[in-house]
This record gives sequence, structure tokens and C-alpha cells, in this order.
Amino acid sequence: MNARIGEKIASFAAGLLFGAGLLVSGMANPAKVVGFLDIFGAWDPSLALVMGGAVGVGLVGFAFASRRATSALGLPMYLSANQRIDRRLVLGAAVFGVGWGLAGFCPGPALVSLATGSPKAILFVGSMLAGMALFELWGARRRPG
Amino acid sequence: MHIDWTAFTPGPALAGGMMIGLAAVFFATVVGRVAGVSGIAGGLLRPRRGDLGWRVAFISGLIGAPLLYRLAGRRWPFEIDASGATLVVAGLLVGLGTRFGSGCTSGHGVCGLARRSPRSLVATLAFMAAGFATVLVVRHLLP
Repeated sequence: MNARIGEKIASFAAGLLFGAGLLVSGMANPAKVVGFLDIFGAWDPSLALVMGGAVGVGLVGFAFASRRATSALGLPMYLSANQRIDRRLVLGAAVFGVGWGLAGFCPGPALVSLATGSPKAILFVGSMLAGMALFELWGARRRPG
Repeated sequence: MHIDWTAFTPGPALAGGMMIGLAAVFFATVVGRVAGVSGIAGGLLRPRRGDLGWRVAFISGLIGAPLLYRLAGRRWPFEIDASGATLVVAGLLVGLGTRFGSGCTSGHGVCGLARRSPRSLVATLAFMAAGFATVLVVRHLLP
């Protein structure tokens, strides 16, 4: 099969399975995400198990995937080797965490929620894309390395 | 802190998590890329030749998943407590923060941790701590 066509089919399948996992796990419900982040109130620990399940499978799978010279389709491996820990990483992650806590949405579940047609989900995704566009305007220019 | 046992759903959480992990491993093995949703979506805003198709395909899969779920006759609980204004601010922060921090819950929290990346561990601890702190302030400290 043409690798470029295979790449798109496999990407679609991966997105589909990823999205299904978000739905099954409960992560696609912002109220449940906030319930997990509310460790000082009535805490719902479910999402710790979502992460545990995902990382558990990932630890085994990535041990093999990381050793590959090319992908199964013969495409180059783009698994980042960046190990830089700097202020940009920590501050960026912290800013993300504040937004995550305010809405209960991170990028994956937000995109999955578009299918509900909920005006609030659309509003969030539009704002998120605007934030990403702002980064392209003045953040990407100061990219280190 | 007290655990809300009525809300706790360990079975679906673990099963869904394993599906997410499987999707990430499949994507890395077959396509050779990290299943980081913020990076995949953000890259759409910086279009480069030959770099768009797989991004559109992955995101179409994400958006298609609930449609398939519904066709199978299944529903999922969905509830947003935040107001419209809060969602705008939150969306901007999530968009900016994930791009500056080079990843989100999927890229750092799932793939990065699974690849034993110290960089992703630091990022994950930072966004979790900020998320806990934000909910503490919004739910328990503000009047």
C-alpha cells in the first residue's frame, strides 16, 4: 500500500480509538474531570486509573516502538528526543493546567465534544484554537534551538 | 479530602485508559509519531506541504468517535459547569499553554510518561498541580 495513503488511514484509526477511549473512560465529560481535580472536595479518583491504564499499556508498547528505525509503514520516526527542561516548559504546562481546571477540558476531549454540537464545547474549541494561533504569532518566533 | 465513591468508575476508567494507550502505541508504531492532540491540532495552524493529511485524519477520527459511539446506541454523560466567559478564558489558556509547554495530557501525560521522558514528567506534574490549585481556588476559596 502507498505509505502516504496508509499514513492517513492509520492516523484516522488511531484518532478513532483514542476518541473512543476518552468516551469510555469518562474523560470526555468535563464535570468528571473537574471532579478528579477537586482533591480538596468530594474527590473522584477515576481519572488516575485512566492515566494508569494508558501509561501502563504505553510503557510496554513504546519500549518496542522506540527501538524502531522506521515505522511499520516505512515512514520516518518522529518521536521527540527533546529533553530540555526550562521555564517555558513549566510555565506553559502550568498555564495549560489553569485552563484545564477552569473548564474541565483538555484538547483531546474538547475535540471529541464537538460532536455533541454543544455551543459551549464549540466556544471552548474556538478559544483554544485562537490561543494556539496566538502562539504561532508571537511564541513560535522565539522558539529555542 | 474525601473520596466520592458514588462517582468512582474504576472499570470504565481503566478500560478506556488502556484503549487510549493502545491508540498511542499503534500510532507510534505504524505512523511513527506521538499522539499528542495539542501538537497535532496546533500544527494545522502552521501548514506545511505533506504535513496536513495525517493531522486532519487523526482529528477526524477524534471527532468521529462519538458519532460512531452514538450509532452503536451508546451515550456518555456530558456536563459543562463553566460559564461562557470562563470557557473563553480557559480555551485561550489551554491553547497558549499547551503550545508553549509543547504538549498536553496526551503528549506529555500519556506518551511522554510511557516513554519515560523526564521532561514530560515535569510538564505533567506542573499541569496537574495547576489544575488541582485552580479547582481549589474556584470551588473552595472564592465566595
